[in-house]
Amino acid sequence: MDKIVCTCGNINPAGTELCESCGRPLNQNISDKQVVDMRYEGSARRSQTYKTTIIDKIWNFFSSVKVGMWIIGIILIAAAIGTILPQVFYVPATNEADIAAYYERIYGNFGIIYYELGLSDLYSSWWFQGLVGMLGISLVIASLDRVIPLYKSLKKQKTKRHISFLMRQRVYGTGEVEEPIANIDQAEEKLKTMRYKVKREGNAILAEKGRFSRWGPYVNHLGLILFLFGVMLRALPGFYVDETLWLREGERLYIPETDGYFLESKQFIYETYSKEESEEVFGDAIERVGSIAKNYQSDVALYKGPEDAVAGNTEELSFVKEASIQVNKPLKFDNFSVFQMDFRLDELAKMTFQLQDKETQESFGEFTIDLADPQSEYPLVNGYKVEILEYYASFTEFVDGIPQSESPIPNNPAFLIKMYSPEYPNGETSFVMIKNTIEPLGENQHKLAFQSVETRDVSGLTVRKDLTLPLLGIGGIIFMIGVAQGSYWNHRRIWIQLLEDGQVVIAAHTNKNWLSVKKDIDEVSKVAHLPQYEDQQDKEAKKEKEEGV
Amino acid sequence: MDLVSLSSTLLFIAFIAYLLATILFGGAVKSSSSTNDNSKSYDRWGKAAITVTIIGFISNLSYFITRWIAAGHAPVSNLYEFTTAFGMMVVAAFILIYFIYKTPALGLFALPIAVLIISYASMFPREISPLIPALKSYWLTVHVITAALGESILAISAVAGFIYLLKNIDQTKKTKERFWIEAVMYTILLVVGFVVSTTTFTIADYKAEYTYVGKEEIEETMVYTMPALFGMNESVAVAENTFEPLVEMPPIVNAKKLTTVVWSIIFGTAIYILLRLILRKRLSLVLQPLVKKSNSQLMDEIGYRAVLIGFPVFTLGALIFAMIWAHEAWSRFWGWDPKEVWALITFLFYAVFLHLRLTKGWEGKKSAWFALLGFIIIMFNLIAVNLIIAGLHSYA
Repeated sequence: MDKIVCTCGNINPAGTELCESCGRPLNQNISDKQVVDMRYEGSARRSQTYKTTIIDKIWNFFSSVKVGMWIIGIILIAAAIGTILPQVFYVPATNEADIAAYYERIYGNFGIIYYELGLSDLYSSWWFQGLVGMLGISLVIASLDRVIPLYKSLKKQKTKRHISFLMRQRVYGTGEVEEPIANIDQAEEKLKTMRYKVKREGNAILAEKGRFSRWGPYVNHLGLILFLFGVMLRALPGFYVDETLWLREGERLYIPETDGYFLESKQFIYETYSKEESEEVFGDAIERVGSIAKNYQSDVALYKGPEDAVAGNTEELSFVKEASIQVNKPLKFDNFSVFQMDFRLDELAKMTFQLQDKETQESFGEFTIDLADPQSEYPLVNGYKVEILEYYASFTEFVDGIPQSESPIPNNPAFLIKMYSPEYPNGETSFVMIKNTIEPLGENQHKLAFQSVETRDVSGLTVRKDLTLPLLGIGGIIFMIGVAQGSYWNHRRIWIQLLEDGQVVIAAHTNKNWLSVKKDIDEVSKVAHLPQYEDQQDKEAKKEKEEGV
Repeated sequence: MDLVSLSSTLLFIAFIAYLLATILFGGAVKSSSSTNDNSKSYDRWGKAAITVTIIGFISNLSYFITRWIAAGHAPVSNLYEFTTAFGMMVVAAFILIYFIYKTPALGLFALPIAVLIISYASMFPREISPLIPALKSYWLTVHVITAALGESILAISAVAGFIYLLKNIDQTKKTKERFWIEAVMYTILLVVGFVVSTTTFTIADYKAEYTYVGKEEIEETMVYTMPALFGMNESVAVAENTFEPLVEMPPIVNAKKLTTVVWSIIFGTAIYILLRLILRKRLSLVLQPLVKKSNSQLMDEIGYRAVLIGFPVFTLGALIFAMIWAHEAWSRFWGWDPKEVWALITFLFYAVFLHLRLTKGWEGKKSAWFALLGFIIIMFNLIAVNLIIAGLHSYA
């Protein structure tokens, strides 16, 4: 398309509405308006100029604020729907069938529908992420479409503007005053003391303040774009680690995804507030609630092995440091953090049994089973021996005579054993559970008598690496700078001109807070005689002024 | 007197001061509308009103500080403390805006809102509670106070919007606007209904204990402090001669909370009907003369300005500081917890507000309705998300 040459001689890019230099309206639509739209200074935006090719159409779709607002609106409503019932990651179930059953059991039919529609995992659905992606594209295109022409236009503006521009400003006034030049001089001085940047060209003044606030929206959009980009980076391998580590007291385990780091749990500490320690202040609260948790803490030692050391190989480890991991105080090393997230108290660790004669209760020796590492045989003195045929860590029930274990966590240990003795060299079979024994192959002479148990606490830790955090941080900071820039400063311009016919013209524009710019003009009017102005959009204020309120 | 009770007394003083200041702002508005000899008496009323407001605010701030010292942590750790702090900050935000724009009408509406928020807060357990491990962080202070401050400045925008609408909605014609502005009045009275009903039953010392079968099919007990309109699933009264629930609810519904809600509606509606019978006018029409002389454009600008001031503060506190803390405490900066999501919704909502205003020229009534809706979202996040939707932030 062709460039537009203004009467003043300035060559404007195609699509310009107000001449960049003098401000004359460049087409009939604009000159028909009483007040011109100054949001983008009437500059030539790509989206308003080119509308034919498919690229134009895509560009125009995403550059539209209206489209952007619809995208935000849909995201907003979808996000709200996702909070009606808990999302899957807050549901105490791991596989699909259990999750579905959970929604049905707790929330009934509504729960089933919610689950079936995928609303229970809404935020990771393709369509929700697609919407966020569209918002990102919209942010980029809408910003580019506006910021470049706006920048050019504000840079090229001349001090002296054409009357057809000034009369179409929202705040506008014209009239004759005595000694116009002296008054313009005074106005210029006054505006300078009010920290306006004042430019003068003959008998024309342009006083401008806070232009940089116009860039605020684009700066904050840039911050948001960087933030969204950072979030996307998480999907790339190597940027993000999210692992769970259950660590028992005394245990030393490889920390998943690290370069040969091992973590050993010295002890887990669980504390509640005691009424005694702060009776006066906290007594009532503790009384009402019962018990209030004070501290969850895992005392750990960190070890480093050679790069190729993996789970199981705990030799050649060098001690790195000791740490107490608390909630809000993660252990940090390299780019990793280990967080205190969960715990289980008093998990069974070791069980001690005695081999006895059932009738006489005579003992033939004791042995201890380490539940984390059960041996297949426990030899006792005098030819007595116990063999462990099967170990069921979390015994639930028999199905068709076969014992079932629901997990490898020793919640309800049970053993299928054989007891060897001089009387029974082929062994007697027994199924030993807590507080119960079954003799599946007939009456036995011997039994295992439960003696004692050792327990230990388990720390539930989260291992995290997130290399995107610096980018997210920078995005956040840039966003805040942009928002502050656009919110806490205003771009104000005041034009005063003496026209050739002796009329003095005053006009003003601000991107927001019109009352403040009017106050500024009133300040100037106190020292310099200027024509009365009116707000061409605020009819009520005009009416009130006339009524003398 | 120990620090804790001193703290409560200071809050009570602030409460009374706000009520008094409301009346004084009423005087200021009245005298500004009488045509002759107005400016002097207007000045007198206005000055007295803002002075009393500031005295109340200082007392309120002293409550906050003394409670902070007594507890050893910033008093923003449960629903009572947070909501009270929110009420205090609404007053702070009002004082800030008042010194920019000098509009008594704003005080006439902002202060009763603050009073109502503080009353609402007082209906929840007020004792000082020690911090659970997740809350033990200086980010508690930084995040919660910044977020509450942002929300309170945004609340001022809603007050300005409300005044704008009261003035500009034509009460003589039967319109949707007229209906909705009255609905806003009614909603405010529902909160009053909650406060009145809770207080009534607390004074009467009403208690009834029931056993019930919860959603995990375990038998539990629950103590009602209001006569049980709705019973929990398979609810059985523990003591004899206890009022039997009128309707039994399925296990998914917390019938105790539902009972509280319904009693609030009953009381609120009764108060509304009573007022209508006494005044013989729609309540929004009763308030209209008080805002007759407010400048619409001024109110519009205050509404917009408050969003401009509050939005960055809210974003910083409720999203950015929140993310930093969430990363320290819960190992991830974002986890789609309901409170987080509703903070994001609030953010997106005001982002839309600002865009529509800047680019589509949504000013005046549209802008005012938007501001009101924003406040409703904020209150929803404060009330409903804490009390109804379970999540990591349910500290009440």
